[in-house]
Amino acid sequence: MAIFSVYVVNKAGGLIYQLDSYAPRAEAEKTFSYPLDLLLKLHDERVLVAFGQRDGIRVGHAVLAINGMDVNGKYTADGKEVLEYLSNPTNYPVSIRFGRPRLTSNEKLMLASMFHSLFAIGSQLSPEQGSSGIEILETDTFKLHCFQTLTGIKFVVLADPRQAGIDSLLRKIYEIYSDFALKNPFYSLEMPIRCELFDQNLKLALEVAEKAGTFGPGS
Amino acid sequence: MTVHNLYLFDRNGVCLHYSEWHRKKQAGIPKEEEYKLMYGMLFSIRSFVSKMSPLDMKDGFLAFQTSRYKLHYYETPTGIKVVMNTDLGVGPIRDVLHHIYSALYVELVVKNPLCPLGQTVQSELFRSRLDSYVRSLPFFSARAG
Repeated sequence: MAIFSVYVVNKAGGLIYQLDSYAPRAEAEKTFSYPLDLLLKLHDERVLVAFGQRDGIRVGHAVLAINGMDVNGKYTADGKEVLEYLSNPTNYPVSIRFGRPRLTSNEKLMLASMFHSLFAIGSQLSPEQGSSGIEILETDTFKLHCFQTLTGIKFVVLADPRQAGIDSLLRKIYEIYSDFALKNPFYSLEMPIRCELFDQNLKLALEVAEKAGTFGPGS
Repeated sequence: MTVHNLYLFDRNGVCLHYSEWHRKKQAGIPKEEEYKLMYGMLFSIRSFVSKMSPLDMKDGFLAFQTSRYKLHYYETPTGIKVVMNTDLGVGPIRDVLHHIYSALYVELVVKNPLCPLGQTVQSELFRSRLDSYVRSLPFFSARAG
């Protein structure tokens, strides 16, 4: 049970606010000797596991740290290229931490505008008259809830499938947006929201919603 | 409760079968274009969902709903996609979509040597059995027949 993240998308499909509110998930750290018995591949500027799923390391996981040193994209924190470093036998044994790749801010922007278009296509393909766009999208690991205001702003919340009370949370976020972003004289419409009060109140609302959400049967 | 329509896609995006029951609004584009748009949307949703997910996924995308309809999605490991649009009152129907795949598509199309794979299903038997199966579903509305 949890609320994973919040996105605010303006009417043009641009991401104007994003918040992640979950702790890092289970990650697997293991010490390897040469040669590495995993196949790593460069994909989207990240080093991903392409083959050799084992011990909690799954295909699609990214290299997050080498010998305790964080990895940013395809480079380690001290500027060495990951694939090159791991292909050198003298660097072994080496301890590598794997986990689900975290989204970069660029990817978040891209995903937000992607959702904006999916929302529009969802209403175009409707078999019924007068349908809105996607309001709830269900998967086995999370549920995405979207609320579009009359002015075209979309509030998107990613939550656990069993988390209840998201509808009222979306209305509450709209209220917080109206009170602390729109009424802020320094905020310009359609632009990224950088308002401290908005941040504080949103985090508060998320906490309240997480605690108040009751669970249906099967949880 | 009603069933609006049903799409069956193969892994290359070819629409193998389409049928509709209570569909009140057409998309306003030729059917071929509509299939492409639907497949394209599902393809994007799949990649969207796998990037957004905070945890590792098993089944992935299951369904979405708008204010007027609900789209149910089921994909087999071979990439066959079964998509059913119903109204909002219908709960999870994974087993129904799985039945359409395993008991109708596999039995009547895959095992039928006269049905070439990868193109629109011509089998009259498949069509009529699918139609009667969907009509027999508990959430298929009786009011419009």
